[in-house]
Amino acid sequence: MSEMLRVENLKTYFDTRKGLVKAVDDISFTIEKGEILGIVGESGAGKSITGFSLINLIDSPGEIVAGRVLFDDRDLAHLSEDELSNIRGGEISMIFQDPQMSLNPVITIGKQLIETVIYHNPETSKQDAYKKSVDMLELVGLPAPEKRMASFPHQLSGGMKQRIVIAMALINSPKLLIADEPTTALDVTIQAQILYLMKKLTKEYESSLVLITHDIAVVAQMCDKIAVMYAGRIVEYGSNQDVLYNSKHPYTKGLIQCLPKLNEEKDRLFQIPGVMPSLLDLPEGCYFSDRCPYADEECKIYPETTTIEGRQVSCHKVNQIS
Amino acid sequence: MSVISFIVFFIMYKAGDPVELLLPPDATHQEVVQMRAYLGLDKPFTTQYAIFVKNALKGDIGNSYIYGQPAVDIVIERFPATLELSFLAMFFSVILGIPMGVIASVKPKAILSRSIMFFSLAGISIPVFWTGMVFVLICSVYLGILPSSGRGEVLYFTSAFTWDGIKHLIMPVITLTLFQLALIIRLTRTGMMEVLMQDYIKLAKAKGLPNRIVIYYHALKNTLIPVITVIGIQFGQLIAFTIVTETIFAWPGTGKLIIDSIQNLDRPVVVSYLLMVAFIFVIINFMVDVIYTFVDPRVRVK
Ligand SMILES: Nc1ncnc2c1ncn2[C@@H]1O[C@H](COP(=O)(O)OP(=O)(O)OP(=O)(O)O)[C@@H](O)[C@H]1O
Ligand code: SF4
Ligand SMILES: [Mg+2]
Repeated sequence: MSEMLRVENLKTYFDTRKGLVKAVDDISFTIEKGEILGIVGESGAGKSITGFSLINLIDSPGEIVAGRVLFDDRDLAHLSEDELSNIRGGEISMIFQDPQMSLNPVITIGKQLIETVIYHNPETSKQDAYKKSVDMLELVGLPAPEKRMASFPHQLSGGMKQRIVIAMALINSPKLLIADEPTTALDVTIQAQILYLMKKLTKEYESSLVLITHDIAVVAQMCDKIAVMYAGRIVEYGSNQDVLYNSKHPYTKGLIQCLPKLNEEKDRLFQIPGVMPSLLDLPEGCYFSDRCPYADEECKIYPETTTIEGRQVSCHKVNQIS
Repeated sequence: MSVISFIVFFIMYKAGDPVELLLPPDATHQEVVQMRAYLGLDKPFTTQYAIFVKNALKGDIGNSYIYGQPAVDIVIERFPATLELSFLAMFFSVILGIPMGVIASVKPKAILSRSIMFFSLAGISIPVFWTGMVFVLICSVYLGILPSSGRGEVLYFTSAFTWDGIKHLIMPVITLTLFQLALIIRLTRTGMMEVLMQDYIKLAKAKGLPNRIVIYYHALKNTLIPVITVIGIQFGQLIAFTIVTETIFAWPGTGKLIIDSIQNLDRPVVVSYLLMVAFIFVIINFMVDVIYTFVDPRVRVK
């Protein structure tokens, strides 16, 4: 396998009136061709901002303040807007978290799909782009695609919009797809179909997928590699098998314990006590320390990232935790 | 419109007796009584109003006390001059205001944006009569390059086709444009800034569309919807604003006519004017509704 994307020490900060929000703080990972990376974590952990950072699309007051995003020898963190817009929607595309708000309310679905094709392939005729759009809508399982081409977003259900957004992201056969909670508005069977489709396309075309979700079960089924995020940082990162079945970080362990197990009857689901701290008010040392059952004096200093048993972990107690 | 006609009629009735203004001060009492009877002003208010309504329904609002011609004809005859000013002012406000508003919204901190905003603040705060008089002072009195009053040579109901007419048009049109322009700039800018924060704009960028498409197609299309409504409302206001402008530049439109007629208590003319303006408001509202259904798919009937 060869490398598709390498992220090195990426930092995306928001300089807000209330203080500096380190939404993404010094994260690194790599994705190979044909590989699926899962990014998991609680709400506010920085998953979406990580996704946007990969295409360098951060609204002010945020910006990438350090690090590199290497894609085919180009550093997307330091590319001009023109070069970036050539890559965005073409070689790298993104499915946004909220499909309800991501379609333009006054432009037809058809136009919004066709323009995506045309701007990346100027030699394509309108007819071909139209046909391609209809095919794509069919592929993501949208009923009556021809009719939908003339519709406006307000005439469609949430599930339909989500599928359109997915079709829009896939239409130029991207090498790298960033999917931010791509199936939240869909019911379970369709969710499975769409995820299966994404996995199939990734494997078939040797492309890569970054799947952002808070659903560990989805990650377990889909992903080759997993990065667990907490308060802007990656706390554990490794292969699916290692991270899920032999977790080393107390936070990952907690997340997995939260999963309902079919063979076990429990009265109550386990929950990690407390909530993730605000990024403006982080605890001293390890960000997880105020919720961590293993925390002690040593944890007053943020732990270094160490490699242990094939995965990276940021925790002082990795050797004590089995 | 019938409400308007009643209110106007009532106010004009209360305002005073036009006969005293019409006849020379040394007119005899008998002449006054005769005149009053001739104009129908000797009858009680309700009777006067009833006669007015009866005639109005037949399309006759009465003759002007001053000119002796049907009041409606006088107003209609003056209307092209007023519409000409209003249309031109609105045209320039829209043509210039929307792009300027967009520019000011895209990079709000740039010097160009700040200058535009300063200009629009000035345009909103400085009263129309002041700008108008300063123009006259500079261009006509000191420099002597532009005529200070009148319409100049008129061809096909407008001054815009002759060089002399254009020279007469410049100052009144600029005066009338400034406020509208400032308003449209502000409106467009606020709307754009709101729209630019939306997710669909971010998605348009994530699709790799060039910046100009994102701004002038995806964002502007959404911004224009509320702007169109306001432009419609403003057009009505513009006609009202011409009253001041026409008075300053002695522009022979309805604005000047109405001021003269109010001074002369020429009731039929005032009533005709206001009915005409009300009628135009109705037409504009209707047109805005029609345009709205074209540009905003959400109000379109399925
Ligand atoms: N425009 C902004 N200004 C300031 N802070 C921001 C801004 N956008 C995001 N953040 C901060 O960045 C953090 C990460 O946000 P992000 O959207 O990436 O979370 P997430 O992991 O995707 O959560 P969710 O599961 O709810 O989508 C949040 O805690 C938020 O406070
Ligand atoms: S460093 Fe300490 S507080 Fe942080 S996760 Fe490890 S044990 Fe818990
Ligand atoms: Mg998110």
